[in-house]
Order: sequence, then structure tokens, then C-alpha cells
Amino acid sequence: MAEELKDIVLNYVTKEYLEDDSEPLTYDTPLISGGIVDSFSMVSLKRFLENKYQISIPDDEATPQAFDSVNKIVTLVQRFLAKKG
Amino acid sequence: MSNIGSYDERVKNFSWSIAEKELGWKTGDVINIGWYCTDRICQMGHADKVALYWEGFTGAEKAYTYNDIRLATNTIAAYLKGLGIKPGERVCLFMDRIPELYLGFLGILKTGAIAQPLFSAFGDESLLVRLSNAETSAVITQKKHAPKVRKILDKLPHLRHIIVVDHDGVAPLKDREVAFSLEKAAPVEHFDVHPTTAESPSVLHYTSGTTGMPKGVQHVHYSLISQYLTAKWVLDLRDDDIYWCTADPGWVTGTSYGIIAPFALGITQCVLDAGFSAEAWYKWIEKRRVSMWYSAPTAIRSLMKAGDEIIKKFDLSSLRHLASVGEPLNSEAVVWSQRVFGKPFYDTYWQTETGSIVISNYPGMEVRPGSMGKPFPGITGTVLDPVKNEPYPTHGKIGLVGLKFDWPSRMRTYWNNEEAFKKKFRNDWYITGDRSKLDADGYFWFAGRDDDIINTAGHLVSPFEVESALLEHPAVAESAVVSKPDPINLEVVKAFVTLKPGFTASQDLDLEIMNFIRKKLSPLAMPQEIEFVPSLPKTRSGKIMRRLLHAKEWGEEIGDTSTLEND
Repeated sequence: MAEELKDIVLNYVTKEYLEDDSEPLTYDTPLISGGIVDSFSMVSLKRFLENKYQISIPDDEATPQAFDSVNKIVTLVQRFLAKKG
Repeated sequence: MSNIGSYDERVKNFSWSIAEKELGWKTGDVINIGWYCTDRICQMGHADKVALYWEGFTGAEKAYTYNDIRLATNTIAAYLKGLGIKPGERVCLFMDRIPELYLGFLGILKTGAIAQPLFSAFGDESLLVRLSNAETSAVITQKKHAPKVRKILDKLPHLRHIIVVDHDGVAPLKDREVAFSLEKAAPVEHFDVHPTTAESPSVLHYTSGTTGMPKGVQHVHYSLISQYLTAKWVLDLRDDDIYWCTADPGWVTGTSYGIIAPFALGITQCVLDAGFSAEAWYKWIEKRRVSMWYSAPTAIRSLMKAGDEIIKKFDLSSLRHLASVGEPLNSEAVVWSQRVFGKPFYDTYWQTETGSIVISNYPGMEVRPGSMGKPFPGITGTVLDPVKNEPYPTHGKIGLVGLKFDWPSRMRTYWNNEEAFKKKFRNDWYITGDRSKLDADGYFWFAGRDDDIINTAGHLVSPFEVESALLEHPAVAESAVVSKPDPINLEVVKAFVTLKPGFTASQDLDLEIMNFIRKKLSPLAMPQEIEFVPSLPKTRSGKIMRRLLHAKEWGEEIGDTSTLEND
């Protein structure tokens, strides 16, 4: 489950936020602090996760730190999926 | 004692010649910002002083002395000249906040060409509109951003060169692309700086218009006079300061106060090219011993949100003076700053068209939290009755912020759009587009915009531009774009959308449209909320009544609806 989730997030970020010739992403590439996803673009990334996994991430949990890498995003999503049961 | 000393005394005895004398300039002399920011500082004996500390998001660090930036800007200028770039041509900077952005800006100015900085997160449509309008001759960019230029290249016949500053040879260069590496280029010891004069064009920044496409705000080399003196008196910059301006040079703050003013003053400044995080920012202040910090309300509110506990982990005792720009600084932020940093953020007010700070709070003057402050010495500002276009005879009434348009850094025109420039004036007052009121002591208090422009995180977004882009999405029939309140960014973009037959509103379509605008225009212009509606409110003549939708979002009175269709 975690591996599949990781790949879905990584593929989505690659497709939506990276230019064609960019360096490939890793699970730990800094997304926010690395300037790949800015605070405005984070809103659409959050929306993708909420739509895809039918969860609701409150704004105070959607912090730049929580969205700073694929691995961190996966941890956040898993937490909300567990809450959902 | 602050640089400005007594604000009231400065107002009484003011003349722009104060700055001219300090800069050793008199009417008729050559004035080139590129030279003033580099060669002059070296000639004053500060060649070995650090001009720029830079750090990238990966932790890579660089430091440049004033002699280093003199040589680097000479090298870039010589390269551009070698490519055939002529004085007056537009050269765009389309880069992240890497050293080449700062050095390239000054290098362009040394050649006499016009620097046109554009925010690197702009999408291809935003880029196309601005490069077409300016008939830009060259773009200096990074390999990561070059694909956006390639996409629109066929529509840019004037663009002769795409200069890639970090080409690694892995992917081949494409049509019109050339590689230039500042690190590998032989340093140019001497470059004949173009003898620009006071009214020679220097910088072209694009700003959003309420009804039309973005307008190119044209500045001149004489703007240096205002930028130098406002930085000295408002930002209180001193020889031993470590200065941090958090603005991206894609916006005017990042050039006027992120390049021109600090370098012309011979200050050491630092740049952190990384996304926002409270921890990273505080760490940077501690690491660089930042003493003067110029930031924006959105960033300050984000720091407030991160809490007070994190501040205790860092030594921020180097901070001496703080200032803010971009949108109104709420009083809570001023009070918070006083509590956690032991000093307030001083709000400053200006815009792309003014080129430098025009209304401000000053060191040594009482700060009234939430107020914009008072006009800079030498600048006449008032609040105009919007009907009579004359100053209100008494204080306390909300009206239009009007300025006598006579300070050195004022824009000279909108690029190829003199008609739009003329519309900015009423009764010889320059109308900023903001509403305000004056109190009994002459402090200005911001009351909102006088048009539909959206101020999100200090950046202006045109509803017209977003609506035009939305119509290019295959599912969108009609749209209306307004601002909605946001606790961090002041305002964000919201779109009301009707769909074409055959399309149904869904979560996936909502996200698809958001991403469509983000990539086409920019992340700032992306609607953070899309409301699918069966129809939009219109006048009987068919014009969309954006005003009604705006009022709904802000919980305001709807006002006169007598012209509403089907009312």
C-alpha cells in the first residue's frame, strides 16, 4: 500500500510540477524548500490527495514541512487514511 | 540615531539633491545603475567587502565581493554585447534566485539595454504576453525553465537569443539557444559601461491591469536617486548591516530593494533561494546575522502561524530593523513582531509604478499599528474625493490615494501604451488605485483597492487575465474571477464557472482547471476555489456583474442591482 501510494504521489508531482527536462524526483527530493512546489501550488497538490483518497486535510496540517517530500506526503496521507478507517 | 533623524525636519528641508550629492551626480552627468552598484563601490575602496552571500535550497553557498560583482557584471555585459545586444533592447531575466539573476540584471544595465525580470514560476501564456509586448531580444534563463520558452518560440519573432546559464551538455541546445557559464567565462576586467543618462530606460516590470493585458512599467536610470535615499532613510541601511530582502526580483521589490538600493549603498546583502519554511528562515537570520530584514505581510503571517516556540530555538539578536511591503500589514502582525523580536515591522507602501517607497513608517517616528505611515519627504500625497478628484478638505474620509507625480523613480510610461499611462491621472494627481483615509496627524490608513485587481500575497493578479485563460479550457463556457479573503495571503483567486454542454462539474474537473491555469499563467493566478454555477449574474446588456460575486465572498452589501438581468 505504502509503496503504491508513494509511486502515485511521485508520478503525479513529476507530471504536474516538473518540466520535461528536469532531474528525476526521488522520494526524498525537497519539494517546497527545493522550490519545485510553492505555497500556492501546494493547494492543488492537496486537492489532488483529497480527491484521490477521499480525505480532508485541514489547512493547519497542510504545512510546507508536511508537504516537503513524497515520503512526508505519504506519511500525512496514511495518517488521514487510518483516521478514516 | 537613525539615518533619517527627524522625519519632520527632513520634510521641511528636503531636496532630492541630497541623494544626488551623496552619489556624486549632477544634472547632465552619465548615470548608469550597473556602474553605481559595482564599479563605484570598488572605487570608494570597498572592493573586498562582501556584496552578496547566496545559498541555494541544496545548501550550496557562494559569496561575492564588490570586486567579484564588478567583474561578473562586466563579463555578462561583454557577452551580451558580443551577441549583438544594443542599448535600449529588452533582455529578459527568467530565473530562480540564483546569483546570475542578480549579476545579470546589473550586466544588462551596463550595456544600456533594458532589464526585464519575469517571475520564474510564470507559465508559458504569461511569458508569451510579456515577451511579445516588450518585443524582447534575449532571455537569460536556466535549463529547467528553457522548455517554457521553447513552447512559445514560434510566436516570438523578435527573440534572437535564449541564453542558458547552466547548460551541462547533457541535453542538446535547441533553436536560438546558446550556453553561457559565468564560472567558466574569462573575467572581463574592463567594460565600457554605456553612457546612459537620467532618462535612459533601465527596467521594465510587468504589472496586472484591471481590464487589459499586463502593462510594462518603464523605469529610467535616474530612479536610482529615489531608491538610494529611501533605502537609506526608510530601511535605515548602514555600512555594517547584513541585509535580507526576501522578495524575488521577478517583482519590483526584488529589483529596487533587492538589487539596486543595497548595492548602490555598498551594503552586504544575503539571498536564500529556497521555498518558505519558518525554520529555514530563522536559521538563515541566525547564520548570516541578518540585521535589516525587509519582508512581506504574507510571510510574516506565515511565521506567526508557525508559532512562538520555534523562535526560541534560534539566536535572532542580530535583528536591528524590520520592514514590510506588498499589502497592508495588519496591526496584529506589528504587535506580534514587537513581542517576539522586540521591534515592530515598519510598513512601507509603494507599487511597481512608483519605483520606490512613497508612503511609510520611519525609524524614530511613532508607529501606529495598521497604518501605512506618511509620505516620504519630497513626495506630496493625499486622499482624493473620488467624485471631485480633489483632496478632501477634512481628514477621516475614505477616498483615492493620489500623489504628485514628480519623484525620480516614478514610471515614465507603460511600454507601448501611453493611453493607459494617461488614464492614471486625474487633475494632475497620480491615482494609485488604492483607497485610504487620513487621520488628524497625516497618517494614511489603507481601506482597499479601487478596482477589481486581486492582491494575493502582495502580488497583483488581473481577474481579466484569469478569465481569458479560463475560456481556453475546453469545458469552460463563461467565468467570473474575484478575490476571496484569506488569513495568510490577504486575498486569493476564486473563479465562478459555467460549463459547456456535455461537461459535468466534478472534483476531477475542478482540479484539472486549477492546474490548467497554474501552468498557463502562474501558481499565484490559479483559482484556489472554483464554484461551478448554472449561470453568472449579468447586466441587461450582458456584462458579467463581478461586483455582486465579490460582495458575496466578502459578506458585503450587494448594492444597486437595478441593472441585473432577470432581476
